Amino acid sequence: MKEILSNITKDYLYRLLKEGKRIDGRDLIEYRDLEIESDWATSAEGSARVRLGDTDVIVGVKMEVGEPFPDTPDKGVLTTAAELIPMASPEYESGPPGEDATELARVVDRGIRESGAVDTKELCIEEGEKAWVIFIDIHVLDFDGNLFDAAGIGAMTALLDADVPASDFDDAEEDEDYLLPIEHIVVPTTFTKIKDQIILDSQLEEEKIADARLTVSFNEEDEIVAMQKGLRGVFKYEETMDCVQKAKDIGREMREKVLDEVDRENI
Amino acid sequence: MASNEDIELLKDGERLDGRSFDELRDINIEAGILKRADGSAYIEWGKNKVMAAVYGPREMHPRHAQETTKAVVRARYNMAAFSVPDRKRPGPDRRSIEISKLVSEALEKVVFTEKYPRSVIDVFIEVLQASAGTRCAGLTVASVALADAGIPMSDMVAGCASGKIEDQVVLDLGKNEDNYGQADVPIGYIPRTEELCLLQMDGNLTIEEYEKAMELSIDACEEIYELQRGALKEKYSTDLDEDEIEELKEGVE
Repeated sequence: MKEILSNITKDYLYRLLKEGKRIDGRDLIEYRDLEIESDWATSAEGSARVRLGDTDVIVGVKMEVGEPFPDTPDKGVLTTAAELIPMASPEYESGPPGEDATELARVVDRGIRESGAVDTKELCIEEGEKAWVIFIDIHVLDFDGNLFDAAGIGAMTALLDADVPASDFDDAEEDEDYLLPIEHIVVPTTFTKIKDQIILDSQLEEEKIADARLTVSFNEEDEIVAMQKGLRGVFKYEETMDCVQKAKDIGREMREKVLDEVDRENI
Repeated sequence: MASNEDIELLKDGERLDGRSFDELRDINIEAGILKRADGSAYIEWGKNKVMAAVYGPREMHPRHAQETTKAVVRARYNMAAFSVPDRKRPGPDRRSIEISKLVSEALEKVVFTEKYPRSVIDVFIEVLQASAGTRCAGLTVASVALADAGIPMSDMVAGCASGKIEDQVVLDLGKNEDNYGQADVPIGYIPRTEELCLLQMDGNLTIEEYEKAMELSIDACEEIYELQRGALKEKYSTDLDEDEIEELKEGVE
């Protein structure tokens, strides 16, 4: 079911944005309150609950011993899945992940896996035979916009929180659990374009009138490690540069918040 | 990106396939290659072979997916099982679902969808042989197929990627460069308005490298755009010279 935003609300939002204002009083480039709670689900090897305004997401990390992929026999396996469960919004339906959930999972995955955030070589137990398989599951509980950042920050936190449960697996060939080896801390920063205004961390009503979306992920070395443009609108190249520059600074702040929560040595 | 230092991608500072850093692979586009489809096109881009077919505007099924004020552009990106070295299991996987979504969004931007409420414009992109850069090839060829179908559009979208190999920013990554390189930035570009309707990136880039990559890709998109136009002209222009056309016009009057 698709929710409809009334014209009067739309007009109000447009009018506000034109004056550089937002419905909840934030500046155009300003995050909502971010709360990160790591180790929320003790049944998981690592977990985090992220509340970004009223958006509420839990990310859990589970691990088991499995087989490495044939084309990367010396590496562990990392996979990300997202579920937009009907609890989180009247628009979500039960059933297999649709394209929105798939895009969300893949953007989070790209930020973490392809950026080398996790040292997957360390997760190989026996080349070509045995390796740790890491499942990152994103569970959206309450949808009030900007799932990409909430899920990306949650996934990074959950990974930093995760212990490799070596003592539970005879196959692991180690007796003691150890912290998951993390190489980089990557966080996404998502911008939303509405008409000609670009805003940060859009909430639900703003997303309903959004023209385009741009997610930029940075690591702690100030390198861009992932980008994704979404929705039907477009960006000028100069606008993307502006977002990239801003994301660099915002990314620094967000990484600090993540590190504050996980109580782990800076990496 | 799975960067692997053991694999050499540059030899004496040159790319292994002999291309310069700002050089595209050979691209050939042909418009109108299928009989049943309302519009179609075929592209060979290096070793990539990609076909696109357009059906519609036609009635949208399922009906709940109809939009009352406009048409929906529904692209489906699909790889043939035999298009890659290890057989690909047929049917949509997560990668192709994502690409289908992004290509749909990118194309919808240039189609005058408001002319066809409640209908769907189906764009089927079939990758028959894959060798890096299939989403850009798909987007490029789909634009030509839409034009071939006579769908009213504000412009065509040209797609292209740049990336980083051995710390060098280069245009249009080839197969090994894509597999073992350090970054890949595919874009979809609307030349007339100079807008980006598709933008992804993975790997790692400094801000300066991003600037460089975008510069290379945007220039290349302008070049690809000419090839797209060329393919349409090739199909739709006649063998007559201008005088003969004038004569025919007079006959009509």
